[in-house]
Amino acid sequence: MAKRVFVIGAGAAKVGEHWDRSLRDLAVEALLAAIKDAGIDKRDVEALYVGNMMSGELQGQEHLGALVATWAGMVGVAAFKVEAACASGGAALHQAYLAAASGLYDCVAVVGVEKMTDALPSDVTSALLTAEDQEYVVFTGATFVGLNALVYRMYLTKYGVKQEDVARFAVHCHKMAVNNPYAQFRREATLEDVMSSPLIADPIRLLECAPVGDGAAALVLCNEDFLRRNSHDVLVEVAGSAVATDVLSVHERKDPLAMAGSRKAAEAAMKRAGIEAKDVDVLEVHDAFTILGILTLEALGYAPPGKGWQLVAEGELEPGGKIPTNTMGGLKARGHPVGGTGIYQVFDIVRQLRGEAGPSQVEGAEIGLAQNLGGVAGTVVIHVLRRVR
Amino acid sequence: MVWAESVPRVWRERAKKYRLLGGKCPSCGSLVYPHRQVCPHCGREGLQPIELPRRGRVISYTVIRHPPSDFAGKEPYVVAIVELEGGARVLAQLTDVRPEEVKEGMEVEAVFRRYREQSPNGIIEYGIKFRPA
Amino acid sequence: MKFSMRVGIAGYGAYVPIYRIKAAEVARIWGSGEEEPVKEKSVPSLDEDSLTMAYEAAREALEMAGVERSEVGAVLVGSESPPYAVKPSATVIAEALGLTPKVVAIDMEFACKAGTTAMILVAGLVASGAIKHGLAIGTDNAQARPGDELEYTAGAGAAAYLVSGDSSKLLAVIECAHSYVTDTPDFWRRESERYPRHAHRFTGAPAYFGHIVGAAKGLMEEAGLKPSDFDYVVFHQPNVKFPLRAAQMLGFKPEQVKPGLLCSEIGNTYAASSLIGLARVLDVAKPGQRVLVVSFGSGAGSDAISLVTTENAGGKKSSLERMLSRKVYVDYGLYAKMKGVLQVV
Repeated sequence: MAKRVFVIGAGAAKVGEHWDRSLRDLAVEALLAAIKDAGIDKRDVEALYVGNMMSGELQGQEHLGALVATWAGMVGVAAFKVEAACASGGAALHQAYLAAASGLYDCVAVVGVEKMTDALPSDVTSALLTAEDQEYVVFTGATFVGLNALVYRMYLTKYGVKQEDVARFAVHCHKMAVNNPYAQFRREATLEDVMSSPLIADPIRLLECAPVGDGAAALVLCNEDFLRRNSHDVLVEVAGSAVATDVLSVHERKDPLAMAGSRKAAEAAMKRAGIEAKDVDVLEVHDAFTILGILTLEALGYAPPGKGWQLVAEGELEPGGKIPTNTMGGLKARGHPVGGTGIYQVFDIVRQLRGEAGPSQVEGAEIGLAQNLGGVAGTVVIHVLRRVR
Repeated sequence: MVWAESVPRVWRERAKKYRLLGGKCPSCGSLVYPHRQVCPHCGREGLQPIELPRRGRVISYTVIRHPPSDFAGKEPYVVAIVELEGGARVLAQLTDVRPEEVKEGMEVEAVFRRYREQSPNGIIEYGIKFRPA
Repeated sequence: MKFSMRVGIAGYGAYVPIYRIKAAEVARIWGSGEEEPVKEKSVPSLDEDSLTMAYEAAREALEMAGVERSEVGAVLVGSESPPYAVKPSATVIAEALGLTPKVVAIDMEFACKAGTTAMILVAGLVASGAIKHGLAIGTDNAQARPGDELEYTAGAGAAAYLVSGDSSKLLAVIECAHSYVTDTPDFWRRESERYPRHAHRFTGAPAYFGHIVGAAKGLMEEAGLKPSDFDYVVFHQPNVKFPLRAAQMLGFKPEQVKPGLLCSEIGNTYAASSLIGLARVLDVAKPGQRVLVVSFGSGAGSDAISLVTTENAGGKKSSLERMLSRKVYVDYGLYAKMKGVLQVV
């Protein structure tokens, strides 16, 4: 029988270009902040999972478990890096959840971290492409933006949708980030701004893409056994945690628009949590590109295929709408320090469930769902969080 | 990047890249590229090697304007999902065509071209691109 | 030279890149003011080189011949612009065509004569019984110093011939060949240099004309033939004037030369030059016609080859017509990018 798992601490660094801070600086900052927020002694943490995608490529640094443990003063803890491309953070959280749910460990921590700004843009592009098939996709000169652009074009053609309607998702995210002190961009963007930004890979424009940045976010989790020994003012439970893979390369999928991984993982996580899609009060979708945000809304059942964009236009993604989404700015405006994103998403939901979301607060938010994607949804990680008190 | 200058890697894949060597799944009938042992769709083993047809049509395409480091200087170029006669889908560059001329559904044919070089004095990686038929 | 067995061409292919630059556009930049030696020339795309062009031509030749790949025993590639200074193109081409590992493969170099010499050598291998069929390819992405007079004509293209001893498949029989070679340094490139040098007017009489006439006369004498015995004559084509003058010097009429004279449209394709001209002739020839091909390679030498079309001739055509008609013009800037003159890395 799996034990119940709770989030008892959360911490993060602001997402941005941190020239003065290294990968380990950011990871340690977030981790210690989460531990402090949990009000526990760091020696209570029995396992540490470090979610990160590109430390090997960009920093020449692997072995992040031992590195972070050493620099955070937690030597001895069971620690290792978890990698699942852009879903590394979510995957690391899944590991942390499994660890605590199994009872092998009672209190664990997870930190998602990425340091992207030390490298040249073309090298970051190449490093991100390690998430794709090196021989038969990267070999063609495709970039990540390009692969998503292929899907975007298919969507627009199949459903006769105008690009502006999908691009509007970015406008929404920027609006939501204005009140998020952790966000990389806190300035609103208009649809005009988005549609006149330079083409990166047709039809995707610059302001439809999540930015490059540095960041780290961390969570402390514990199970019921830990709570029995340490009284704690807990508000958030990890009610569901699931991972699914899809055919790695989008062009090889029978239906490139299907988002099969999201459906599968969401079903499993929601079943575990005992909820349905309509029960979700606050949603975090992996909008590395605007089209992914729209496709996810459809895959999760919030709109029929080809109609996800209407939710944006009709204001249903706002805190007062039918399905408040990316209320802290999402990947587009809060930022997307790749390995950190999966944790940032849950960090954003935790703040909502704790009532700490400020002007973006969703009244009475009780259930949150976060979807973290690896590659072009080759890996999908879904977490469901529930306010317990 | 280490893999970018690996000679054995290129040598190993050459038949698949030069001759469009795909695989036919004896169980579900899927045609995939490149050839491999296990079918990604049904999970069964034993795909038969087959040189895929050299004509197809464009399913979707994009124009890369900010390439990765090993394609620097080649932009803008078109990357497309091409569905070959028979149904196998490949990802490839389109060539001998201006980005504005590319249309979904366009008929294309395979040609043998240079994709990239492993550093300015490294070996040249050749492969299949597609041009308007 | 005669071959001890009936040997000839069972299939052929030609390749010309889609891009062209007009001589007038080159003149716009460099302003020579002289008469343009050709109207326009072919320009390879950024992703093409002499190897990729050779592959396309060879693929077509193989398909036209319809022979078993396992019975193609040789791939000889003639070029002075291979992508590697050291590493053969022949192996890549053989691999891509599925002819490896049991195949005689080699890259050869003798300026614009390398392709015809390849044809002679493959014919020798076939006629000796050593192999059943073989591929002879001439290919070049000609390099010329920007602003030099050669820049007006330095083009790109490839042609390939599937030479065979299988009588039933032959489209044309190689009747006779004659090579004429001397040490004549009219055009050369030292290893450290990027672009070749030439000796201007010396490349005319002592080089081009001297060897073309020498080879053609030598062949006609050996074979007991005269110009009127031929339906077509194809010369190496560095510009429009030289082949017409060579024809006149030898006693051929312009009508014999014109069908195979393509340099005004594609420039000088170097090792492919006379072989692309031959492909055009074979595309229009009828059975029982005689063709003389005379190449010229700087350094210098000429191969004269006499072919007679069989009853199979006229049934198959290469894609040359399509490639000549499908063209996209580029300006000098784009041309410079494609030729690698603008260094990015």
